[in-house]
Amino acid sequence: MLEVNNLNVFYGAIHALKGISLTVGDGELVSLIGANGAGKTTTLHAISGLLPIASGSILLDGKELQKIPSHKIISLGLAHVPEGRHVFARMTVEENLRMGAYIQRDQKSIQKNLDKVYEYFPRLKERWKQLAGTLSGGEQQMLATGRALMTDPTIVLMDEPSMGLSPLLVKEIFSIIETLHRNGITILLVEQNAKMALAVSDRAYVLETGTISMSGKAEELANDDRVRKAYLGA
Amino acid sequence: MKSKTSRGYLLNTVIVVVLFIGFQILTSLKGSEGSFKLVIVPSIWQCCYLMVLAASLNLVLGFMGQLSLGHCGFMAIGAYTAALLSLACERAGLFENKSDLSFLLVLIASVLAAGILAALLSFLIGIPALRLKGDYLAIITLGFGMIIINIINNLPFCGQDGLAQGSAAASLYKNGLGFGSKAKVQFLWFALVVTILSLTLMFMFVRSKYGRAIRAIRDDEIAASASGVNTSYYKVLTFAYSAFFAGVAGALYSCTNATLSTSSFAFTNGGILNSTFVVVMVVLGGMGSLTGSVVAATIMFFVNYQIKNGAWVEHLPASVSGVFEYPMLVYALVLIIVILFRPKGIFGSYEFSLQNLIPDIRRARERRKAAKAERKEAQAHG
Repeated sequence: MLEVNNLNVFYGAIHALKGISLTVGDGELVSLIGANGAGKTTTLHAISGLLPIASGSILLDGKELQKIPSHKIISLGLAHVPEGRHVFARMTVEENLRMGAYIQRDQKSIQKNLDKVYEYFPRLKERWKQLAGTLSGGEQQMLATGRALMTDPTIVLMDEPSMGLSPLLVKEIFSIIETLHRNGITILLVEQNAKMALAVSDRAYVLETGTISMSGKAEELANDDRVRKAYLGA
Repeated sequence: MKSKTSRGYLLNTVIVVVLFIGFQILTSLKGSEGSFKLVIVPSIWQCCYLMVLAASLNLVLGFMGQLSLGHCGFMAIGAYTAALLSLACERAGLFENKSDLSFLLVLIASVLAAGILAALLSFLIGIPALRLKGDYLAIITLGFGMIIINIINNLPFCGQDGLAQGSAAASLYKNGLGFGSKAKVQFLWFALVVTILSLTLMFMFVRSKYGRAIRAIRDDEIAASASGVNTSYYKVLTFAYSAFFAGVAGALYSCTNATLSTSSFAFTNGGILNSTFVVVMVVLGGMGSLTGSVVAATIMFFVNYQIKNGAWVEHLPASVSGVFEYPMLVYALVLIIVILFRPKGIFGSYEFSLQNLIPDIRRARERRKAAKAERKEAQAHG
């Protein structure tokens, strides 16, 4: 479904991604783990067109994403949940969700998706009239995720959904990710919490200073000595 | 929900029409009275263009969250476009005096041309400038505000002091757009209609899909882009829409004043027309509230008028009235006081509406009560 070939990205003179290749199959949950500054977020930003790429190709169902401006990529069924809970702080929860469906015109399908998101996140329904900026961290993460689901995406890029959340909320977020996965949504997950990420994923890639150092089935990686030492603290 | 909004629209329309007719009756009754003709009517004219100007900057500053410091530059473009166009029409013999029907057409055309030219120029500036963010945009627009003044100054048909000197001034005053006090009374309805129309169009803009998109850009540009909002497009579009109404405000300005001079739009101008002064109006009214801008424009006009013309100023001790010689000091104080005590401005992002007034007050009171109770509880628990 998503195929990234030999991707190179520069920040000025800094070579941030050095020829990354990865694939995400239909309905798969693939995670991208690695330390701070390894290039995980950069990879997602490059895929969804928020960053220009120097060379390489990004194919979504055979279409070259690098030639499409970022605001049009969403209409191809790729949704991006940015890192750090980018919600529209001065809009209400429901307005935030409706912004997610910005490119859609059909009111009926918007309402249908809204109901679906409220089903995934009952807590958002309770607070539909509240300003997003006044939500707790976990609720903001739910809102950012819910907003991405408003377009009925076939693939979702999730950037550090567990960042800054209490362990209990991390569990809740991951159980939601698993639910989405079970419902057939393809997910590319970027996480620092390697343990949780590997526990829910089908496959995983390990990113180290801009290159992919390891890849394979999630369980195998979780049992790999090098991964355990570097990322799982065991 | 839907019927409630349409009822609100109906209510607003009825009230606006009633007020407008009331004004017309008042004008026809008292139109020739001295104080009405010489003080009140010109004040209304000035309030009109200040309201449109403040509201139009609020689109960019309050709703889209981009700092533009050159708004008066667009107003200057509008003022000169309207004045020159009307003069050209007069020279071409399209109208003889202001009672002609053809003058009305020229007037409408001048206002539209003022807005369109300002919007076109804002496109040229906006396309490169709005790709930049934050401070860079402020610097570019600040520069634009200064450059445009110099350009107008150096145009052969505008001259150093603009249309204030020589035969052009006299003919602008008599035959072009510049209205004398009698014409101001005669055309008061026009100023009101233009203001109401402009404010309505801006309201429709912020209530629409576009309004939602620019508020999303203000809150979070990355998330807006990830939601499928073409951020560059909306930024340039809003910038141009805002400049259009700044141009319209400029056209009203050139009607209000007998003469035009670029120095009144310059950044160094200590008077009421200064790009920073407009920013003060928007901040005072509340960023993200068009009704706030309207109220703030009226308040600031009144403050300005009182400082300059109020009879009470003479009775103040010399140290205080000395400060009033430099109105910018007073505006700076107003801005500091607002930021200290009510950083959201008078209205915040609240829009005044008659229909929702009573429930809104009730809700605000409940909220305050709840906050008080919460504080008490927190205190009780230590």
